[in-house]
Amino acid sequence: MFGLGKSHTNSLRMDAPQPTSLLDIGAQNVIGKPLDRYEGPLKVSGRALYSAEYVFPDMAYGVLVGARRGAGRVVSIDAEAVTSLPGVIDVVTDFKTFIRNPGQGGETEAPTQGVEEIVYFGQVIAIVLAESYEAARDAAIRLPVEYEEAAGRFDFAAHKHETDVPPENNTPAHFGQGDLDQAMAEAAFTVDASFTTPSQNSAAMEPHASVAMWDEDRLTLYGSYQIPTKDAMQLADALGVGKDQVRIVSHFVGGGFGSKLGIAPETTAAAIAAKRLGRPVKAVMLRQQVFDATVRRSNTEQRIRLAADAHGRLIGIGHETLTSNLPGEDYFEPAGIGTHFLYPGEHRLITHDQVRLNLVLSGSMRAPGEAVGMLALETAMDMLAEQMAIDPVELRRRNEPLLDPEKNVPYSSRSLRECLDLGAQTFGWDARETRPAQRREGEWLIGMGMAAAARSNLLQSEEAKVRIEPSGRAVIETAMTDIGTGTYSVLSQIAGELLGLDPRSVDVRLGDSDMPASGGSGGSWGACGSGSAVYLACEELRRQLAKTLGVEPGAMTLKDGLAIAQNKSMPLAELVGDGIEAMGAISPGKQKDAVTQASYGAHFAEVAVNAVTGEVRVRRMLGVFAAGRILNEKTARSQCLGGMTFGIGAALTEELLHDGRTGKLVNRDLAEYHIPVNADVPQLEVLFVAERDQHSNPLHAKGLGELGISGAGAAITNAIYNACGVRVRDYPLTLDKILPGLPDL
Amino acid sequence: MRFTINGRLHEVEPDIRTSLLDLCREHLGLTGPKKGCDHGQCGACTILVNGRRVNSCLSLAVMHQEDEIVTIEGLGEPGSLHPMQQAFLHHDGYQCGYCTPGQICSAVGMLDEIAKGWPSHASTDLEQVSLDDAEISERMSGNLCRCAAYPNIVDAIREVAGADARTGSDVGA
Ligand code: FES
Ligand code: FES
Repeated sequence: MFGLGKSHTNSLRMDAPQPTSLLDIGAQNVIGKPLDRYEGPLKVSGRALYSAEYVFPDMAYGVLVGARRGAGRVVSIDAEAVTSLPGVIDVVTDFKTFIRNPGQGGETEAPTQGVEEIVYFGQVIAIVLAESYEAARDAAIRLPVEYEEAAGRFDFAAHKHETDVPPENNTPAHFGQGDLDQAMAEAAFTVDASFTTPSQNSAAMEPHASVAMWDEDRLTLYGSYQIPTKDAMQLADALGVGKDQVRIVSHFVGGGFGSKLGIAPETTAAAIAAKRLGRPVKAVMLRQQVFDATVRRSNTEQRIRLAADAHGRLIGIGHETLTSNLPGEDYFEPAGIGTHFLYPGEHRLITHDQVRLNLVLSGSMRAPGEAVGMLALETAMDMLAEQMAIDPVELRRRNEPLLDPEKNVPYSSRSLRECLDLGAQTFGWDARETRPAQRREGEWLIGMGMAAAARSNLLQSEEAKVRIEPSGRAVIETAMTDIGTGTYSVLSQIAGELLGLDPRSVDVRLGDSDMPASGGSGGSWGACGSGSAVYLACEELRRQLAKTLGVEPGAMTLKDGLAIAQNKSMPLAELVGDGIEAMGAISPGKQKDAVTQASYGAHFAEVAVNAVTGEVRVRRMLGVFAAGRILNEKTARSQCLGGMTFGIGAALTEELLHDGRTGKLVNRDLAEYHIPVNADVPQLEVLFVAERDQHSNPLHAKGLGELGISGAGAAITNAIYNACGVRVRDYPLTLDKILPGLPDL
Repeated sequence: MRFTINGRLHEVEPDIRTSLLDLCREHLGLTGPKKGCDHGQCGACTILVNGRRVNSCLSLAVMHQEDEIVTIEGLGEPGSLHPMQQAFLHHDGYQCGYCTPGQICSAVGMLDEIAKGWPSHASTDLEQVSLDDAEISERMSGNLCRCAAYPNIVDAIREVAGADARTGSDVGA
């Protein structure tokens, strides 16, 4: 870490809009450009090191042991039965300290601890240590554990009438306005439909992994985590040590999608084992354990009610949802979150009720809320359009609100209409048959569908430090991570633009909780938050450079490593002497409530449904998105491709299946839990609508990483209906559900 | 036992339970091949054995006496990337990068299969295999990518293969 000297902090609380952005006056012309990924050469050559790949002398291998009961208690663990096996060192458990449930995103306190009591099948209860991975795995499988079994709540259907109202998280659990029943009774057109979505798993390709080692009383843990700053706090609290005694390092994260927001059970297991052994310990979760004992997205049951006047303008909207989680856990899947602000309607009812089940923790997965909520809402909108016999694109156009229908405040920026129009035109939407099952090619029925996309824009408190070295190179440090999102690239571009440097002259150091605090990757806030912190630090450095030059910052141009003012140019290296540095810090403020902030988009899909088998193939798909300033067109596009593909999975294949007797996950691997493969995904297209948002942050950008999934699956559902006239409302839309409704051959 | 990895001769005595993947990752310091599932379900561990792509997690190290093995590290390195690595970089055929070494090794092995005329499920003509997007997608479907860089992966492979025609999916055609 650099910066022993004090560095000035340039702080900004978002209490007012930022009408101008320095990114618009930078002379380097790199912001937004589709540059290849900053860290790309390391990744494509296999040189990027992920957490399980750190090697330390005398390191022991740990393999976790999961409970083979769904509810009950561990009576005894017979360690001696395995410690005599060749290479086995010990079996470690700590009934009090091991975490039972993984941590939720953004929490700074320890997650639920204590593993003697078993509350879900697969809950981690011990770790077996050995000199080799093979020996540890063998012993973990053989380890005799005695249980006392108890009755558990495993079946959603059986318990769905026993609900509680969870505490508010980023959306209130219950919200009501006006009288929806009345609106439904008086409306010219109504839709009242129920939907179900199954539990899902993020299935990041890199399994959760921790390499833990203690130096005296300080723990360093190389872990695959999205928010090292807060994850280190969770872990310190769980271990009962001071915050500064735990450091988490996550330079590269092999995908997260929410599953690595909070700490998972391998962290405490590795940390405690490393302490007991006095050796570094590596613990990598098996793929099955990732399914069993990290997080799932909750299943949902959703009822949508739409009440529209004779022109199709919504006067009422209802979104009542049921979700599930472990007893005592506050988090709920906020399925109605997008419904609060997407469409108008004076009469509104949006609720979330929780069913308590003994299934693995439910938590955040990509676009918590919108990802499943929009599967229901945007399908219901399609049903309304059909009932009114108007184009579904036109129905959305007629329902563009001027103000947030609940808070009565303006939108910070909202280009949904532009996305709809550009998408319809580019996709050839006017070729769509308005009645279903009209277009046939051989044994395939062809249809088109669309849906809107929306994802709330959030801001976290973020800090970053930027230094200009005596060599003229810049260095960025923040605990922010890059989980595939493009953070390394966009931060190098922001600093490059503001300091007049080729982004390759900027060193970006990420993913270390010892670095300036960050809200990390999650909730689509990463690029905007950490980017703003870098922006603010660079703004301060520009002031310092201008001062040295004896001019106002506005009278100075920075380009190609030179500072140009008053017709003179000088290399940065000469200007900065021993180097200069500054901190940037941004935090949310009044803008959060003064305007409603979200990113928007529109999806268009063309599918083929096999008239004989009911098999669905996605043939074409276009996503048009508006998310403020795009920071790197290439990595931004990739984020959207990823989101849209999650949408394909949610619509067609992804479903966690629990054994109703024990809660055991039946399809706990990548052969049985079906994420989309290459052949399931056509050459998706992505377009961006130019937009700036001065209310969100000084970059004028909004969140993008989760926008692509919002509505994507509904566009497919609607296309399936258009293709074959079958509307399944029980996700995923597998062929067995479509087949019975297919038209006669 | 002895074999070569990336042109270098190794003489080792692995535990008979050690997979080829774990031999690379845990014993030889080659962490380019990734472990995504350890069950042959994801392709992250794909490497080239005597020129053919294999899931190294499904193969025991002791089965590879005298074999010539190439991992992602052997294809190229920063500064001198293999054309397939360069194409993945240019087309953004990855995001988190975890599946990427497997994707790239798989793509290299796959193009060789095409060159040899081996047909696939997607081939319309079993005698004359041509490389269109459907062929690429089908043949690359053993390599999962949760970040879902699939369209970019197809673009990258198409570029390397020199196939210039951008063809659509043949589904329902
Ligand atoms: S790790 Fe070998 S196929 Fe997944
Ligand atoms: S790049 Fe992340 S899984 Fe493929």
